[in-house]
This record gives sequence, structure tokens and C-alpha cells, in this order.
Amino acid sequence: MNAPLRRVGVVVLVLFALLFANLNWVQAYKADEYRNSDYNGRVQIAEYERERGVIEAGRTALATSKPTDGELKYIRQYPADEAYAHVVGYNPVNLAATGIERSEDEFLAGTSDALVADRISDLWTGEKTPGGSVLLSLSKRAQETAFKEMTNNRVGADKGAAVAINPRTGAVQALVSMPSFDPNPLVSHDTNAAEAAFDKLDSDPDKPLINRALSETYPPGSTFKVIDAAAALENGYTQQTQIPAGPVYRAPTSGTDIRNAAASICPESQVSLREALTESCNTGFAQLAVALGADKIKDEARKFGFGQTDLTCGRLNAEGLPVATSETGDIKNPDGGDDPAALAQSGIGQNNVRMTPLQGALIAAAVANNGRQMRPYLVQKLLGPDRTTSHYTATPKELNGSVVSSAVARELQDMMVNVVENGTGRNAQIDNIVVGGKTGTAQSAPDRKDHGWFIGFAMKDGQPVSAVAVFLQEAGSGGSGEAARIAGQIMRAVVTDAEGS
Amino acid sequence: MALVAAYSATIQLTMFDTITGNFWVPAAILSALFLGLHLVVRYTAPYADPALIPAVALLNGIGVAFLRRLDLAEAPAAERLTYPIFAGTGGRQLAWTLIAVVFAAIVLLVVKDHRAISRYAYTLGLGGIVLVLIPALLPGRFSEINGAKLWIRIGGFQIQPGEFAKLALLAFFAYYLVRKREVLSLASRRVLGVDFPRGRDLGPVLAVWAVSLLVLVFEKDLGTSLLYFGMFVVTLYIATERVSWLIIGLLLFFGGAYAAYLLGASVGGPFANFYQRAEIWLDPFSDPYERGYQLVQSLLGLGSGGLFGTGPGGGQPTKIPEVHNDFIFAGLGEEIGLFGLSALLIVYLLIVQRGLRAGLAVRDSFGKLLAGGLAFTLGLQVFVIVGGISRLIPLTGQTTPFLSAGGSSLMANWMLIALLLRVSDAARRPVEGSASARPSGATASAPAQLHGAPTEVIKP
Repeated sequence: MNAPLRRVGVVVLVLFALLFANLNWVQAYKADEYRNSDYNGRVQIAEYERERGVIEAGRTALATSKPTDGELKYIRQYPADEAYAHVVGYNPVNLAATGIERSEDEFLAGTSDALVADRISDLWTGEKTPGGSVLLSLSKRAQETAFKEMTNNRVGADKGAAVAINPRTGAVQALVSMPSFDPNPLVSHDTNAAEAAFDKLDSDPDKPLINRALSETYPPGSTFKVIDAAAALENGYTQQTQIPAGPVYRAPTSGTDIRNAAASICPESQVSLREALTESCNTGFAQLAVALGADKIKDEARKFGFGQTDLTCGRLNAEGLPVATSETGDIKNPDGGDDPAALAQSGIGQNNVRMTPLQGALIAAAVANNGRQMRPYLVQKLLGPDRTTSHYTATPKELNGSVVSSAVARELQDMMVNVVENGTGRNAQIDNIVVGGKTGTAQSAPDRKDHGWFIGFAMKDGQPVSAVAVFLQEAGSGGSGEAARIAGQIMRAVVTDAEGS
Repeated sequence: MALVAAYSATIQLTMFDTITGNFWVPAAILSALFLGLHLVVRYTAPYADPALIPAVALLNGIGVAFLRRLDLAEAPAAERLTYPIFAGTGGRQLAWTLIAVVFAAIVLLVVKDHRAISRYAYTLGLGGIVLVLIPALLPGRFSEINGAKLWIRIGGFQIQPGEFAKLALLAFFAYYLVRKREVLSLASRRVLGVDFPRGRDLGPVLAVWAVSLLVLVFEKDLGTSLLYFGMFVVTLYIATERVSWLIIGLLLFFGGAYAAYLLGASVGGPFANFYQRAEIWLDPFSDPYERGYQLVQSLLGLGSGGLFGTGPGGGQPTKIPEVHNDFIFAGLGEEIGLFGLSALLIVYLLIVQRGLRAGLAVRDSFGKLLAGGLAFTLGLQVFVIVGGISRLIPLTGQTTPFLSAGGSSLMANWMLIALLLRVSDAARRPVEGSASARPSGATASAPAQLHGAPTEVIKP
């Protein structure tokens, strides 16, 4: 009986060897895969071991981490609630992060390469150094004014967006998407509650989670006439060049009649370019577009940033918040020739022309900055956990080089200032500040109310200080005038903030 | 025990950043306990294998310390530093260890000679079958926990009779096979060079096979079924020295399991549970939150531990479901890593091989079968559960001997060790009148000498 007993011993040895081999497989070969698996709750716990850095703007904390007693050691808090929600975003336990919380995740979490020194020193001290802080370029006063004025707009619009950027640097001064949302319930450690809060926002027909300032495009309406005018000025027109106008215009081949917003606007057969912009003369710009041709219009729009597919807004040397591509459409017939009907409609910012509110602000900024368009950014500075070491400071850079010559830009400035002083943009006027701009009213859908637009800029002592786009979705009558008023308020807040600091 | 105390201290250090004054208390209690057992062994079984108790004590101590560490993790932060020694699962386990060791001592005191057990073999066999069947027959209310009907639950108290039945049945098998082995090994037909037993001698084997399949189906427990069957086949093999029994046994078991799998897939009903387990085993990540949750979390725990582990107290073993019981090895694996687990496996292997060696050395057939069966059962149980949690074989609910929380398992396994001690004592006791043949302490060479020694083996 001893021989089988020995063999049983060998069998046991083999069984244990199998166990050992399998443990090697699981704990050594597959260890990394299992350690970082999505299903592994330890990944989250490790993420919450370290205090996440602060996101702040103008010395106000917008996202902070508070210690808890729970398994996840810190909970994210957004003291400003709704006003900054679309910029800051949120960093939930299980769901996907958005906004700056997403684009600067590594730095905030303390896992970025820039903070490797802190992690190494953690190895010796055994402490968990918090993540770094992100300083946003937002002006607190401008952002809050924008949020307040947008939500309390006087035409009853419940959706829209407002963007303000510094034309000289590209720093975003305000960025609001309406309606907004409270990010705090989304980062609850109770993942079911967080998911319920997300589902509620996600299924809301007004889509509050969408960042309308960056990720949605809308027909720009008459604000597009700035680009028509730029194209005209670059092609030999002057402010005083007389262009054909009239009460109604129908494109040569087909299409619908294009009329003006009111019978009093440019009923005469000819009107100066300056006057056409001031009054927002539809028939004039439609014919101007047809006269210049689709290629020139599209070319001009491309120089101002239309068709740029890879634009993001965050840190200048890294990814940021995604920006949707503004489009002019093809404006061509199938045979390759211009489609005059489409061209006439595109000239007044309809048909397939669509832009983001940010693109509107970029147009105004390029004009205000004498033709030099700066790349927009939200992250001004990255500070280490000690709050003194700076790991990044935004150094402004150009987006598309020189969009138009400074001479043309000055002509456009002059015309746009005239719009605000004598034309459709009067609501945007601010005391002691030179304001230029262009209103827009865009048809959304046959059975919906029109969108209201305003793009414009403020000049102080001959220097541009702010470029703004305000968009009120389906605002209806008076929408563009209200947009102009809100834009004026935002620019005034920027100027006040700049003076205060 | 110093190891256990150091382990507890490290846990406290990692979890609280300080060592409180009481880390040594459980270790000291256990040390006193095992010292007591050692004295009993010295008195009742002076020649017993000296390696067994320390090895088991190490496993048991780490089990207690780890369970206490889990209690601490689950306790509110404020209470952790002052968490009482006898509270929670760890405290209960400590108390159970006390009882189990006392039981083991009683077994050693009462059973002066392992051959005495054979006199009660039929009683034990009947008792064993009754114990196995009780949970299957009881309504689920009294016997079902987590889908497996393995328990007898009375009030808040529950025991797992299968753990004790294991020992009783093994004693019976050993006795029965010693009596029948001539018949089973001699009468045979030769097919393809392998001796196969006569048809009518297959009877009892088929009966045990049927019982284990019944266990599989009605108690929804593949692990126990595999354990009983493996235990039986191996004792049969040891008794008869016929490889054919092994072949028949393996074919029957795998055939039965595969049939159950197919039946589960097509018919469902009582086989559905088994089918589900097999499916989870084949691809745990296909349903990581529902059915595959346990295995997935177990694998993630093991993987997170990696080679060296996160250090005692440094991991998140509470992420693994059932980490007190079936998955304790995965929980430990996260904190002590591959190296720690390998060490534990080697300790198990040591116990098993020392048990088998006792079987080799003992002179009577019953003792050989008993020791061999007990040792192999222990090894098989470790294989079934550790293989299960690491996805080597389909996961089945089994306790990890000496580590898992649970009084029944602990008591049964300590009794098993007591029996092994008893057999090893007999094995190493100098033969009267020929003491010179086996100087005590020369264990390494002892089996080799003994191989040629006359035993009761009857060569065909």
C-alpha cells in the first residue's frame, strides 16, 4: 500500500504545483491588467486617496475636495454651483468626467508627469501630497454677470450661450451655457444617486449638460455679414462702395425671396457697404455674396476659423474642452459651380452656415485685435500643491495667423462701432467705452422662434479689452437686441474687473 | 507565533500608523493554546510528528489575524483603535480556535489508538451519511446559505455537518476497504493492459458516485461532492493499488460533471446552478457585476496584490465578497502577494505530505488508509478552493482549512489533525523489541527503510 500512497503524494504535489503556476499567472502575468481593471474598485479608492487639486478663477475656488469618513477619502465640491458648471465640469466616481475636471484630470489628481517630484517625495514621507491647482482665465465678475444676465434675460429665452474672450491674448473671460446644472449631486459618493441625477439631467429636454458655447453650432444669421464685409473690403470694396440693395431679392436661378427685417431697411436700390452693415441690410449682403462668389466667402470664413476641426479650448499646450466645427457648407451645385440661391442665403448666415458661440466671439476678437486672431484658452496657470511652484503659465499664441490685414480690420472696427452707435446694436453701448458689434437674427426652423445673436468687442484707450458673443436660442422677437444688451453688460463687467485688479 | 504577532503588528501599523498595546494579545492567546495542545500531545502521543502542530498553528494564527483585520476595516473609524479582542469575526474565530483545539485534545485523549476507531466504523459511516443528507432533506429555510444547502441552522447557530461527515465517512471507507480490498484488487479482468474490477464489485463505488452526484444536485455544491468522491477514489486506490479505480473514478466524475453541465444548459432545473458556475468559470468578465462578481473581484484582488502584495493592512480586501469565508485566500493574496500565498501553499503542502508520510510509516492497513485519506482530503480541499478562487477550476463553495471563518470547518480540521497526530504517533513509535530499527528522529530515511519492511500488504 505504500506505493500508491507515494503516488498520492506526487498527485498532491502536482495539484499544488498547478495552484502555484496558476497563482503566478494571476498575480504576476495578469496582475497589471487586473489591478487597473475598470471593475476594480481599488482604482477609485486609490484615486480618492490623494486630495484632488483646486480649480479656481479670480481667487475664488470653483472646485474643492473635502475630506470624508468614507472609503473614498475626499468628496468633490463645487461651491459656485451652476454658474461655472460647463467650464469646470465635474469629476464623478463612476461616470465620465467633463470640462476642466476632465482635461486637467492628471494634474488635479497629482498623477501628471509635472508632479512626479511630489510623488517621489511621497514615497519617503509616506504622505499623500494633494494634486495641483488649476487657475482659470475667467473673470469672476464677467462670468457671474454673464450667468445672471443670461438666466434673467428679458425675452424669456431658456437656452443660449455667452462667451467673452480677451482679443489680445485669447484668454476666455466668461463662458456660460444656459440652462446650467448643479454639478454637486453628480459627484455624490452614492453612485446610484449620482447616476440618477445624471439620468435626470441627461433626459431633460432642454439638455442642460450640453455646453452650447462650445459643442453646438447654430445658424449665425446677420452676424455672418461681418465676414461678407471683410471679404468685400479685401476685394477692393470700401466702406463707401455702393452695393445693390432693395426691398426684396431673389437669386438668379431659383430660391426663395430674401427680404429685410423691416420695410424701412434699405428699400433704395443702392446702399453703401457701411450703411448696409449698420442697418443689417439682407438684400444688400445677399447680393454682395453672390457678386463675390462662394469661394471668396468660404475662404474668408475659413480664415476666421470656420472649418477648423481640431480646436479645443483649455490649456494652450494640451487638449482642452472640445469645440465643435463651425461650417459654411459647400454652397455649390452638383456640377461644381456656385449655387446662387444657397450663396445668397449663406451670405446672410442661413442655409448650411453654422457656428459655435465661441466662433462668434473669435470673429469679433480677430477684428478687434487688428486682424490677429489669438487661440482661445481657459487655463491661465497650473500651480503645484505648494501653490508657489508654477508648472505652466499661458503664453498667448495666434490661432490662424493674420486673418485680415490691420487696415481691413480697422475698417471693420469702424463699421462695427457704427452699428452699435447708430444701428441695430445700440443696446450694447457702455459709458466711456468704445463698443463695436453686429447683431444677428437667425431662422432656426419654420415653426420655431428665431435665434438672437450679438457679436462685438469693447475698446478702451484704443486697445481691445474684450470680444463677446451672446446667443439666445429661439428667443423670438427682440432676441438680438437683448443679446446686444447682455453683451454690453458682460463687457462692462470685464472692464470693471480689469480696473479693480 | 512570532510570525503571527508580527503580522498583527504590521496590520496595525499600516492601518493606524501606530502600534497599539494589544496587538500581541490574540497571538499570545493562540500561543498559550497551542502550547497546551503540544503538552497534551507530548503526554498522549509522544512520538507524533512534531511538524504538524506548528504548521497548522501558523495557518490558524494568520487566519485569526486576517479576520480581525477585516473586522477593523469594517468597523467605524473611531472605534478601530479600541476594537475589543473577542469582538467580530476575528474574535469569534479566536474563540472557535479555542474550542477546536480543546476538541483536538479530547480526540487525542480519547482515541488512544487509531485502530480503535475501526470498531465504530459502521456507526461512523451511518452517521456520516446521515450528516451529509440532513441539509439536503431539510427545507431550505434551515439549510440554505448563499444558494448552497450545506448547513443545519437552528436559531442563530449554524453548523456545517458535511465537515464532520467527511471524517466519519473517511473512517468508514478505510475500514470497509481494508476488509474488502482483497476482493476488489484480486478479482479483475484485464482490458487494454489495465486490470478492471468485476462488475459486481463496482457496486459500492457506484453508490458513492451516486451519493456525491446527489450532493451536487440537491445541495448545489460541487466542491463537497468533488471532495467526497476524490476522497473515496483515492482511498480505494491506496487500498487496492489498482490504477483502474483511479481511471474509473475520474471518468465517472468528469463524465458526471460534463453531463450535469449539458443538462444544466438544456434542461436547467437542479443542474442550472452547476451550469451557471461553469459558465462563470469559462468567462467571468462577461457578467462582472452579477453572476461573475465574486470571481471577478477575487481575481482583481489577487491581481492587485501582485508579487509582493500591498502589505498586511494596506489593501482593500473588503472589496472581495465573502472574503471571510470562501475568498479568504484572495483577500490574503492582495495583502501578502504571490510570495506570501506561495509560503502558505507550502505550509499546506507540508501538512499534507507529513500526513501521507505518517500513512507510509504506520504499520497497519487501516492506519495507512486513514492517514492517507485524511491528508489527501485536506490537500484536495485546499486545491478545490484555491483553484476555484484563482480560476483554475470552476469556483465551488469550500472553506479554506484553518484560515476561513467558521467553527465547523475549524473544529473538523483540527480533529483531522488530531487523527493524523495519532497515526503519526503510532507510525513513529519504536517497534517493541526492535527499537534499533528506527531510531527516533531519523524521519527522513525512515520510509525508505520501511518500504521493504513486512506490512499487511498482499501483493496480487
